[in-house]
Amino acid sequence: MAVNTMSSSTPTSQSGAMNPTPTSPATAAELVTANAFAVKDLSIWYGEKQAIKNISIDIPVMAITAIIGPSGCGKSTFIRCLNRMHELVPRTRVEGKILFHGEDLYAAGSDPAMVRRRVGMVFQKSNPFPTMSIEENVLVGLRLNGVRNRQVLNERLEKSLRRAALWDEVKNDLKKPGMSISGGQQQRLCIARALAVEPEVLLMDEPCSALDPIATAKIEELIRELRDQYTIVIVTHNMQQASRVSDRTAFFYVGELIEFGDTAQLFNRPRERQTEDYITGRFG
Amino acid sequence: MMALRHDNHSWRKIKSALASALSMLAAVLVIAPLGLVFFYLLQKGAGSVNWHFFTQLPKPVGEAGGGMANAIAGTGELLGIASLIGIPIGVLGGVYLAEYGSARSNWWLRFVADILNGVPSITWGVVVYGMVVLTFKSFSAYAGGLALGFMMIPLIMRTTEEVLLLVPNGYREASLALGISRWKTIVHIVMKTASKGIITGILLALARIAGETAPLLFTAFGNRFWNRNLAEPIAALPLQIFSYAISPYEDWHRQAWAGALVLVVGIFVINVLVRFLTRDRTVRIL
Amino acid sequence: MPAVEGRAHAKLEVPPPSRFADKAFEWLTLAMALAVVLLVILVGWQLARGSSAAIQKFGFHFLATSTWDPVAEQFGALPFIYGTVVSSLIALLIAVPLSIATAIYLTELAPLWIRQPLTSLIEMLAAIPSVILGLWGIFVMIPFLRDYPFPFLKKYLGWSGLFTGPIYGVSMLAGGIIIAIMILPIITSVSREILRSVPNLQREAAYALGATRWEVTRIAVLSYAKRGLFGAVILGLGRALGETMAVTMVIGNTPQIATSLFAPGYTLASVIANEFTEATTDLYLEALFEIGLVLFGITILANLIGQLLLRTLKTSSGTRGA
Repeated sequence: MAVNTMSSSTPTSQSGAMNPTPTSPATAAELVTANAFAVKDLSIWYGEKQAIKNISIDIPVMAITAIIGPSGCGKSTFIRCLNRMHELVPRTRVEGKILFHGEDLYAAGSDPAMVRRRVGMVFQKSNPFPTMSIEENVLVGLRLNGVRNRQVLNERLEKSLRRAALWDEVKNDLKKPGMSISGGQQQRLCIARALAVEPEVLLMDEPCSALDPIATAKIEELIRELRDQYTIVIVTHNMQQASRVSDRTAFFYVGELIEFGDTAQLFNRPRERQTEDYITGRFG
Repeated sequence: MMALRHDNHSWRKIKSALASALSMLAAVLVIAPLGLVFFYLLQKGAGSVNWHFFTQLPKPVGEAGGGMANAIAGTGELLGIASLIGIPIGVLGGVYLAEYGSARSNWWLRFVADILNGVPSITWGVVVYGMVVLTFKSFSAYAGGLALGFMMIPLIMRTTEEVLLLVPNGYREASLALGISRWKTIVHIVMKTASKGIITGILLALARIAGETAPLLFTAFGNRFWNRNLAEPIAALPLQIFSYAISPYEDWHRQAWAGALVLVVGIFVINVLVRFLTRDRTVRIL
Repeated sequence: MPAVEGRAHAKLEVPPPSRFADKAFEWLTLAMALAVVLLVILVGWQLARGSSAAIQKFGFHFLATSTWDPVAEQFGALPFIYGTVVSSLIALLIAVPLSIATAIYLTELAPLWIRQPLTSLIEMLAAIPSVILGLWGIFVMIPFLRDYPFPFLKKYLGWSGLFTGPIYGVSMLAGGIIIAIMILPIITSVSREILRSVPNLQREAAYALGATRWEVTRIAVLSYAKRGLFGAVILGLGRALGETMAVTMVIGNTPQIATSLFAPGYTLASVIANEFTEATTDLYLEALFEIGLVLFGITILANLIGQLLLRTLKTSSGTRGA
């Protein structure tokens, strides 16, 4: 599969991306060549209303891409297309193409469930399953997909919770309800739950908007730690957050992609007037 | 002028108070039958509810004593058979309404289910008589259970749909985003989250049909003895109450009251239990 | 690097989901949901099949003649239709004002703390089985009616012709009263839902004009809810028409058309309940099936109208799924 070759080839290219000040144009160019998603002329309608207008964008692998824009600009809709979650909304229509490592996500034979295993998602509101314990929450994806081996499950439980930086806090309370921990911990539990099925991409839809500043800082730190193992796409209305965590930033406005580029460049020297207006707080 | 306006205002106030008083009176009148029925059930029935009532068969006319053990067991068996039909169809149908159906098809299905809820219970007796009793040439526990099961279907379908719709969409999305298939998401995440609500709906449906008599008159038919074969007539508490109530014997009347008390207490216990179950849920998601 | 290996490993151990299972589950639930449609068809078909010979033999006369003589095999349903309609109308006359007033009390006028307990009590009334209400009717209500209200009515309203003749206790009026008790909870609870669905904006606008509580209810709430309340009444009528056990136990079960409400009557549902197992000839049984068909027809009609009246109020509630 194309995926595996991609994953094994990226660590070299991503050392550049790991640079705390990703400004060198060479790095950016290198990233663009290793794309997780290639989106071509994407348009989306909810009933009569067009939410996304003819967007083309390449999302680099093993890097953090932030999507910013005022509310209603289509940024949530856009990332929901990347793992076919928008299909849950009735009367949605998609035009254009999304290639994931060269494979058409919307090809006739493509199974949304398989897409979502490779492209995981974390939501705005933390949503651990209320009837399940912390452990069950983390393992539910594996269990319901047929993994029964207790040893594999135990390994995966610890690994996922460690990666989500939650292990030390909950390792003695694994049987407690997933809803019993704090909001920030719940969100990290949701991240662990998503990581447990070993996706290649993690989509995050405003993962911190319901959290206090301290919990937000923890999640941001976690996102940065995950960067060397996952392709991350994060939607945020918080521009500081985007500039803090991301390598590349895309600015959406009323369904259109206005500007996409290196994060530092976009925030320091925006090419487009609308981008500048937005990041300087003149509208939105 | 001032006086007139003042008068007008106080008249309006009096009218408002009068309306409140009258509507309160109406509310009292509406619940009065509940109090009266309960009072007489206790007064006339409590004395005859004893150990024998729960353990013995009915005695022939003229002999004092005896009980309704067979009828109580019969009601249990009939509810069991009804559950086998009503629960799976009702719950899965509710799942379709909440999870799959389009707005248009759901409108029709709900409409038909509500119409079905309004079909008189005696009609189910006639229909099952034609379907089962005439075919097998015998009244039977199966026939009675089937009639009750048919009545459960729309009840359970609607309550299941309602509680499933209360499950926040975020849980469905979270599950699907893990690559879990739709049906597993529905069964293991959505239905599990709503399980107390679904059970509540089932219990309410059981409480509702436990007291049904009309559908059993010519399906289960009644039986003065133990039912040893579900393909034969079976006793049921409501049937026994009915036949004793319209009999000319004083002793049977007492038994009817006792049976009625037991039945009502059973039904109320389920209702109170359900209210208790739902109380702590409304605070949280469901 | 270990992470990458872990991922590759995961791909092997997790089988792809079965799309067949997904489709199968959807079709299964659809089939179960369609059961309600099948059931309606089943009922209509069974009743029509069971009464085909009677329909052929009597035609429309069945509905218009009043002789019910199983021995002579003469069957006319008119007395039962009459009894059903009259007892239901009596029931509505009693139950509608009480139920709607109670619903208004519960949603608009009652102190907040009393609303929930009162609602629960009404739900409990709804939970009393018909046969138990009938038992209470025979042994408590009938003797009471016979001894106090009926003689009173006869004395003061006897001139109207509705309250004349011998007082047995069991009567059309007693049947109507017991049906009224049976349908009080449903009309109350449906009306309550309707009133609760009136937007608060309506009320606030009226309050802002300085209206009293009752004026707000009358002007803002009731005028807005009229149609829905009518729907609630029609639903109650549907229940009343099909009510069986309690009414069978107190109405007297005599197939006659009498002006006096003190005279015994008979309803469609009661005649089925009483005579079904005694039907000795095929034609007799067929006639009873036809009575069932008539009953089914009129209750379906009432429910259809009632539900449609209620449904046009609500916007179609949200549905999910693609």
